[in-house]
Amino acid sequence: MSANLAALLYLVSGILFILALRGLSSPETARRGNLFGMAGMAIAIVTTLLAVDLDGASIALIVGGIAIGGGIGAVIARRIPMTAMPQLVAAFHSLVGMAAVLVAAAALYAPGAFHIADELGNLKHLSLFELSMGTAIGAITFSGSVIAFAKLNGNMSGAPIILPARHLLNIAIGVFIAVMIAFLMASAGEAKLAFWLITLAAFVLGVTLIIPIGGADMPVVVSMLNSYSGWAAAALGFTLENTALLVTGALVGSSGAILSYIMCKGMNRSFISVILGGFGEDGSAAADEGPKGNVKQGSAEDAAFVMKNAGKVIIVPGYGMAVAQAQHAVKEMADVLKDEGVDVAYAIHPVAGRMPGHMNVLLAEAQVPYDEVFELEDINSAFSNADVAFVIGANDVTNPAAEDDPGSPIYGMPVLQVWKARTVFFVKRSLGSGYAGVENPLFFRDNTMMLLGDAKKMAESVIKALD
Amino acid sequence: MEVVDPVIFRLAIFVLAVFVGYYVVWSVTPALHTPLMAVTNAISSVIIVGALLAATATATSGGGDPNGAGFSRGLGAIAIILASVNIFGGFLVTQRMLAMYKKKER
Repeated sequence: MSANLAALLYLVSGILFILALRGLSSPETARRGNLFGMAGMAIAIVTTLLAVDLDGASIALIVGGIAIGGGIGAVIARRIPMTAMPQLVAAFHSLVGMAAVLVAAAALYAPGAFHIADELGNLKHLSLFELSMGTAIGAITFSGSVIAFAKLNGNMSGAPIILPARHLLNIAIGVFIAVMIAFLMASAGEAKLAFWLITLAAFVLGVTLIIPIGGADMPVVVSMLNSYSGWAAAALGFTLENTALLVTGALVGSSGAILSYIMCKGMNRSFISVILGGFGEDGSAAADEGPKGNVKQGSAEDAAFVMKNAGKVIIVPGYGMAVAQAQHAVKEMADVLKDEGVDVAYAIHPVAGRMPGHMNVLLAEAQVPYDEVFELEDINSAFSNADVAFVIGANDVTNPAAEDDPGSPIYGMPVLQVWKARTVFFVKRSLGSGYAGVENPLFFRDNTMMLLGDAKKMAESVIKALD
Repeated sequence: MEVVDPVIFRLAIFVLAVFVGYYVVWSVTPALHTPLMAVTNAISSVIIVGALLAATATATSGGGDPNGAGFSRGLGAIAIILASVNIFGGFLVTQRMLAMYKKKER
């Protein structure tokens, strides 16, 4: 295959990737978009195989590698529970990062295979710079994603780990990496040790960057690492002079950056403060005795009675609902209410769940139709017309202190205005504070009734009481 | 005028693609942000192209280093496995998620 034809096919592949993301603008076009993505990948792989000289050994490596990796991937994709999606995505990011490191190393050791060597077999300065960036960003993505995976999967505590002088340490590692890149370039690629030192330092940097970031900020971290994996791919796209890789890297890089921005806005945190970490380290210190007041407790029967006679019920699910595996029971409860003629809608906060859009997937899995599920800005004005807000597994995202108490740590965060509904039912295990360690004054409002108990059992008792 | 370095063209493609990405991703509905992350994961594994080149390195590819090609092949093979996990896992899990999004029955 001529190099020009190959380049054109890589362009086609890049365009198919753009269409794959474009399809996600609506659930109706998303499935077709995903097929475009698969087609783009197939074109990129086949084009590459047609452009290189294959021998028996390399065919064995390629077929074997794709069979092993593809098999593992297919099994994981089929088995993974939807609640574990954030960990899975973090794990996948780490693989992209590691692949980038390996490809960069291979390019350094066999530049001829990548068509980046000059007549003497030496690497160009620019190529060395690109592959150094590729390995550095890839290595940060790898070790950072491993930490994020461990935190999300519960192998590691979600609490921030604060190293002494950590900002200074990170800057020092960054400077070291920059010096080593300069050294590698000056040696025209002969100083292979410098390459490995860059990679090693970047592995360490990935760890030191992510460990001080608390569990509550993990959605931002996962999005950010998504972005990094894109930039790593783009850096190698320059080295390989490959349009598909360049375009994909740019798409993924901007996608992750936008998702990080949306997550930060949903928590009213600045991106910088998330990156610097440490949030949640003194969460328990804020346990002052404020204006507590009385808590009204209700039973499943009370909730069933009020909701049966309501015109409009808005369900506010949070991650707690998913942890209790209550989404199916909640959906069943909503179905019974709909049969009674009640208008049911779901309200989703941007940071509900552990990653962007996580709660939507969990509801979709429970077969909740997506046109009953609304985002914060689309439904917030509807609470004042609702008879009931049914909060299950959410807490901080319904906290009125975010709007009216400038002293609250979550002041300024956009919240679902559930208190504007005539009655609020709040399903909760106990009267403790939420993930961010902040007291919720909603519990003490006159129109709030607490339903204390396990989310799944409570939803099931409500269903029973509705009959 | 002198000839423009091809690197500049690649940079142009990259910069324009960042803009395309910016507008396309903002138009993604928030309900599909999780599938978005899964599919971006899958497509960023197009880095497998580099892994394939590494796995097909030959004795002349290594420059002055006689062991370069063998080492490159080994790295390439591992990278192919990692990227394949991501490609198959990413696209299939996205497909599984998207299949769950259903409209109200009327």
